[in-house]
Amino acid sequence: MKPASRAFKTNATRALENEPLQRALRGIKYGFVANRAKARASLPEFDRLRDEARAIKEHTLAHLDLYLEEYESKVIEAGGQVHWAASADDAREAILKICRDAGARSVTKGKSMVGEEIAINEHLEAAGIKAIETDLGEYLIQIRGEPPSHIIAPAIHLTMDQVEADFRNIHKNLPPERILDEPGQLVAEARAVLRDGFLAADVGITGANLLIAETGSSVIVTNEGNGDLTQCLPRVHIVIASIEKAVPTLEDANTILRILARSATGQECSTYTTYSTGPKRPGDPDGPEEFHVVLLDNGRTEMLGGAFHDMLRCIRCGACMNHCPVYGAVGGHAYGWVYPGPMGAVLTPSLIGIDEAGHLPNASTFCGRCEAVCPMRIPLPKLMRHWRMREYEKGNTPARYRWGLKLWAFAARRPWLYHALTGLGASLLARFGKRRGRIRSLPMAGGWTRHRDLPAPQGKTFQQLWRAQEKAS
Amino acid sequence: MAKSKTPETKPNVGLFVTCLVDLVRPSIGFASVKLLEQAGCRVSVPRAQTCCGQPAYNSGDRPDARALALKTISAFEAYDYVVAPSGSCAGMLKHHYPELLGDDPGTAERARAFADKVHELISFLVDVRGVTRVKARYDGAVTYHDACAGLRELGVKAQPRQLLESVEGLKLLEMEDAEVCCGFGGTFSVKYPAISNAIVEKKTANIAASNAPCLLAGDLGCLMNMAGKLSREGRDIEVRHVAEVLAGMSGDPAIGEKQS
Repeated sequence: MKPASRAFKTNATRALENEPLQRALRGIKYGFVANRAKARASLPEFDRLRDEARAIKEHTLAHLDLYLEEYESKVIEAGGQVHWAASADDAREAILKICRDAGARSVTKGKSMVGEEIAINEHLEAAGIKAIETDLGEYLIQIRGEPPSHIIAPAIHLTMDQVEADFRNIHKNLPPERILDEPGQLVAEARAVLRDGFLAADVGITGANLLIAETGSSVIVTNEGNGDLTQCLPRVHIVIASIEKAVPTLEDANTILRILARSATGQECSTYTTYSTGPKRPGDPDGPEEFHVVLLDNGRTEMLGGAFHDMLRCIRCGACMNHCPVYGAVGGHAYGWVYPGPMGAVLTPSLIGIDEAGHLPNASTFCGRCEAVCPMRIPLPKLMRHWRMREYEKGNTPARYRWGLKLWAFAARRPWLYHALTGLGASLLARFGKRRGRIRSLPMAGGWTRHRDLPAPQGKTFQQLWRAQEKAS
Repeated sequence: MAKSKTPETKPNVGLFVTCLVDLVRPSIGFASVKLLEQAGCRVSVPRAQTCCGQPAYNSGDRPDARALALKTISAFEAYDYVVAPSGSCAGMLKHHYPELLGDDPGTAERARAFADKVHELISFLVDVRGVTRVKARYDGAVTYHDACAGLRELGVKAQPRQLLESVEGLKLLEMEDAEVCCGFGGTFSVKYPAISNAIVEKKTANIAASNAPCLLAGDLGCLMNMAGKLSREGRDIEVRHVAEVLAGMSGDPAIGEKQS
């Protein structure tokens, strides 16, 4: 996916004017946010589990090489193969080669953000292999030709009406008089349409929420069961996962799973939690003949031990974006690449560069709600601020702000000058707003006064009044 | 934590006025002084203070933020406590100075010792000085917005409500999503005005839906943002800093109201 993060401001303006999107975004509060709060309240050990989960990830990251090698050896023991991909290119090539070797004409896909990160669908399609998304949300955006706008609810930006219109448009062979005004009817239609795709696919590609080193298993969590069909029906199963998904043991995986669903959808656990270990064994009733894991680095080892290390703890629950006022205002597409919201504002610059993604860590009020709900206790505002420092050091901060800051800081470091200037400013602004007590428009402050009034100062600064009072007494 | 030497000794409190209160609304500073004195503190206002440096810090300008942090620490090091009528500035002094100055052993210890003495005004009154009620009167209903930094960096939530409850004649009507950001975010409000506006619109709708004719909060930046939006929307809701009401100083025109 070609990044459009440079156009964040334009994207955001368009999103703010998009009425169906705004309607869809308003629902997050009553769904994900309310459900997470309920789930948290009903699990007394929730915060202790967060600490445990964080410790598990920190330990794993400190020994990532060892756990990845252990994972690899267990996958091989179970009859699977592991492909190490340093870059998105390497991962795409590895997957295409497996598909070609299998003589694949079509592949089914479970939901995978890493799949989005490496743009695997486009790559396969270009090579003449049909890729069919089987997660309902992913299917919806695939037929619309859109990227996901949320990491766990890719089509959260769509309303029911839009989905109905798309289905009528795309599923032309179905009776036009059919009724499609309830979610269940839409799901049933998608399920029926996808069934043929499942049965015809030669290869199934899924992501992974966790990679368990002690067993060589990968874990996916879904609510539709599409992941199970994707990995069991075709002859070949490919797992595509980034390296920080590793955890040492099954027990560790379970600790993380206990906070993952609660943080994401507010469920105690997802409807399906599926463990895959190697291909079908003799005597197994079903399963793939071949089992491959593509392990993607794509910049992550560079984050290890660095300023953005904490971000590697992320388990992709989406709680940060569900609770973010900026995401809630503009939605995920405005961010212009695969990962939106606060986690995207930190991760995206690490993966595609701060020059490309410079807006993202700046577009935050630092309200801190993301950090407060993050199950892995990732200090997201601190990491966004760190990106701003990198930008400032690189000279990427716009000259206007830089000079403004310099002038202001020059004065603020000299109290006598500062107090003289603020005294002057307070009296000028007070005179400006004298008639109403507020200022409706002010040169150089258009960003503020375009949307709101500027309350006028009382007239004298506190320092002036305090000194006068001291003198008088 | 720094404590007064004996129970009889009045602790010396350095009031960190904050740059916005100094420039825009000195009455909040005077309300703070009054509340601190009522709580048995001796209050000083160091002349050498300007701004906590947050605009530089959050814009990625570390050198200027560090310089301002060191200036502020020097100006306030002599006091038993440093108190600010703002969760945002107090959070900067308490949590971000140690981070900003932590990589240099020469400044790290100073920043930590300084941070221990820093408090947001209302939580200082309740948690440190043990104030349980105030002598003030306000006739009418108010709603209270939990400004983000005070709430999430400093745990300011119950303290203002506890003291507001003791104000004679005052009725607190909680708004929906009181803990959700108002969209101010310092420089965010001018860098991304359209997004900031979309966020504050949701806030003012919640304020209006509370049916309280008065909005209170503990941070002037957020208050100016919400007051500016409320007045642009033509809503007749007065906006004040919580300290003004607790100090019984709500006779002055509210934020954004015509001065008498």
